Amino acid sequence: MAEKKTLNLNRVEMPKQPHFIRRRNFNEVALGYTPEMAVAEAKRCLQCKKPLCIDGCPVEIDIPGFIKCIADEDFAGSIKLLKEKNCLPAVCGRVCPQEEQCEIKCILSKKGAPIAVGRLERYAAEWEALQAQIVLPEINKNTGKKVAVIGSGPAGITVAGDLILVGHDVTMFEALHEPGGVLTYGIPEFRLPGRVVSREIDYLQKLGVKLVCNYVVGKTKSLKKMLEEYDAIFLGTGAGLPWFMEIPGENLNGVYSANEYLTRVNLMRAFQYPKTYTPVKRHKKVAVVGGGNVAMDCARTALRLGAEEVYIVYRRSRTELPARLEEFENAEEEGVIFHFLTLPEKLFGDENGWLKEIECSRMELGEPDQSGRRKPIRIDGSEFIMPMDACIVAIGNSPNPIIPNSTPGLEVSKKGTIVVDENTGKTSMDRVWAGGDIVTGAATVILAMGAGRKAARSMHEYLTNS
Amino acid sequence: MFEIVERKMIVPNLHLLVVHAPDIVEEIQPGQFVIIHAGEGSERIPLSAADWNREEGTLTIVFMEVGTSTGKLALLKAGDKIPTVVGPLGKPTEIDHFGTVVCIGGCFGMGSIYPVVRALKQKGNYVVTIMEGRSKNLLYWENKLSEFSDKVIKLTRDGSYGYKGHIKKGEDIIRETGIKPDRVIANGCMTLSYKTTKEYSHFNIPVIVTLNTIMIDGTGMCGVCRCTVDGKMKFACVDGPDFDGRYVDWEELAKRRKQYLNEEAFLVHHSGCGGI
Ligand SMILES: Cc1cc2nc3c(=O)[nH]c(=O)nc-3n(C[C@H](O)[C@H](O)[C@H](O)COP(=O)(O)OP(=O)(O)OC[C@H]3O[C@@H](n4cnc5c(N)ncnc54)[C@H](O)[C@@H]3O)c2cc1C
Ligand SMILES: Cc1cc2nc3c(=O)[nH]c(=O)nc-3n(C[C@H](O)[C@H](O)[C@H](O)COP(=O)(O)OP(=O)(O)OC[C@H]3O[C@@H](n4cnc5c(N)ncnc54)[C@H](O)[C@@H]3O)c2cc1C
Ligand code: SF4
Ligand code: FES
Repeated sequence: MAEKKTLNLNRVEMPKQPHFIRRRNFNEVALGYTPEMAVAEAKRCLQCKKPLCIDGCPVEIDIPGFIKCIADEDFAGSIKLLKEKNCLPAVCGRVCPQEEQCEIKCILSKKGAPIAVGRLERYAAEWEALQAQIVLPEINKNTGKKVAVIGSGPAGITVAGDLILVGHDVTMFEALHEPGGVLTYGIPEFRLPGRVVSREIDYLQKLGVKLVCNYVVGKTKSLKKMLEEYDAIFLGTGAGLPWFMEIPGENLNGVYSANEYLTRVNLMRAFQYPKTYTPVKRHKKVAVVGGGNVAMDCARTALRLGAEEVYIVYRRSRTELPARLEEFENAEEEGVIFHFLTLPEKLFGDENGWLKEIECSRMELGEPDQSGRRKPIRIDGSEFIMPMDACIVAIGNSPNPIIPNSTPGLEVSKKGTIVVDENTGKTSMDRVWAGGDIVTGAATVILAMGAGRKAARSMHEYLTNS
Repeated sequence: MFEIVERKMIVPNLHLLVVHAPDIVEEIQPGQFVIIHAGEGSERIPLSAADWNREEGTLTIVFMEVGTSTGKLALLKAGDKIPTVVGPLGKPTEIDHFGTVVCIGGCFGMGSIYPVVRALKQKGNYVVTIMEGRSKNLLYWENKLSEFSDKVIKLTRDGSYGYKGHIKKGEDIIRETGIKPDRVIANGCMTLSYKTTKEYSHFNIPVIVTLNTIMIDGTGMCGVCRCTVDGKMKFACVDGPDFDGRYVDWEELAKRRKQYLNEEAFLVHHSGCGGI
């Protein structure tokens, strides 16, 4: 019988670049565990008989299982277990909101020291990346069925990975010139280095997935025509249409959507301008509107581009902030200034059309709204002016309408999301599945992957029986 | 990879680029554009289709060498490969039987108006084409345009060929010769679009102009191409690039276009025409 372990509540911290250094560079903030740290943290796990953490994981990773392997220094075993459920552990270990998924459920969370599941997941993935040879899994015989995956974000990557393994002929199409979806054009280098994403794409290509970039389905070729060539199609085109606030002055120079700002810096590498040719302005005073991960990423990017003052302007309070806790703390440490309960009302420009100041109102919280969060209410007469030379609007995205608009017969909701069967991801069109942000609206990496996995299962079933 | 079939300077500073892009050519319509990205570190630049050959899968573009990225394109030669040509993007120019249509092309627009002229003629319109340039040596494709035009008017600012004058002169000729346009369509730089709108609005007909906003993705993802048309926010890459100039907020547009003037000037080797 196993002896009763004494509870170890010393969560092993992960080293980070000091905030006064990292706030001016684009290198990754978190440095990752050393092997010793990983083993020490893994040894804290109680190996619960009824592990609660697994319930919190949207793709049901065998969490105690992979952690046990790390504790036993069987790193190969741990990555194998992880990859059974999650094809992007290096990504998820970095960007999943573990604090509200697996870690919050961990029994040790009650004592304030949940197992650092995310850090361990990241460690296992990094260990694998350092190995000279990546072990390719066995691939089933070619079935002769052709599958097109549209969009190369986490949803598309999951479907492509799952279907290539069972022997289908998979081609992944991407509109931009680089694959990865939001992982490439949105989430900044300092949180998710480009090499992590390209490694995953390389791996898919090694497995035999064909990748076609610069291909906008619905423009380069209609979905209907693609159905003549492919036996089944998955749509994972994400939520790429930026919302604006619809207030006066939003088309002033110096006002950006989060997508524009991040795309310039990440996809177009404008932070290396003029070595690269796409420019980005080095603004001094920057206000970012919104309170999610996207807003934090913009604010921290602005700092790294040399801004003197960066503000987050959020209309609710700190309690409602949707960003991950870790990212909020990182942003605050780096010097981002938070204006809670504040709503931009008007943007004013100078004679050349450049943003000069933002008029804001103060808010107070009223009764909970449909989202369950307390509704912000404007306090009359509380207007005040913030002098500012840039404003980045990070208040959300809706699904990209190119495919729905060019595909009669594809059912979409009022919000523009594609309607699917919840259990299979099947759309209203024969032989077409969908998943990820295009179905749910902007959500998370892991949910997109979960949806991809579900759809892949249903697609495989269809392809095998047809 | 997309193979370059031909690249040559057709008039000073304007280059013809023929690229093998069979998928794009199969779908492309007049008024649409592609985005070219010439590799690591380059910008993504929007360029309109000036012609295409569906049998051979080739797309023809006319571009002006104005800055770093177009400068890079100007160095290409047959057989070279570029990693990104994506499209066809944007909404096609509306083609119908309108009656009499005045088509105006200036600088690269003399090229991109050609498929529009051709399609309008094939729909049975009476097509008056106006070619506009600074000087005789900057006009091109007169034969191609004449083939599908009922009347071709040449304008040069120095009077070295055709009539002497600019957009206003073209409008004078239209009015004085009693042509009653049902629609005007103009392709070219922003100055041309703006002036066309100004001079032709009194006819109370649609004045369709292309808006060459700054773009990045060209798929509606970034919003940098936004402009105000009829009081509403539009994205030029997906809602345009054609708009009825009468409803465009030109002042805002002109300011937005100048956003990166300092940065571009820093990189510019060679400056093109007067207007941006
Ligand atoms: C800045 C930012 C930070 C984020 N931070 C986090 C985080 O920390 N944790 C987290 O879990 N989630 C985060 N998210 C959310 C997460 O990234 C998304 O939920 C997830 O990427 C959705 O995956 P997807 O595969 O559905 O779509 P996407 O990742 O959006 O990929 C869709 C792809 O499809 C392509 N495409 C679109 N239309 C077409 C077409 N017609 N033809 C071909 N290709 C097309 C697009 O170019 C894109 O590459 C963040 C998002 C952003 C923007
Ligand atoms: C829908 C659309 C279709 C277009 N079609 C064509 C075409 O068929 N042929 C063609 O030659 N050009 C076309 N353009 C313009 C072309 O995209 C730009 O000239 C090009 O992006 C300039 O890139 P660059 O790096 O060489 O110049 P940059 O270094 O970016 O700029 C150099 C100079 O050009 C100015 N400039 C910047 N952007 C533009 C612009 N969009 N238009 C004009 N000047 C600009 C700058 O202010 C600067 O003075 C089109 C633009 C759009 C939006
Ligand atoms: S709930 Fe916590 S302690 Fe229990 S198995 Fe999961 S990670 Fe380990
Ligand atoms: S170019 Fe990005 S939305 Fe139009």
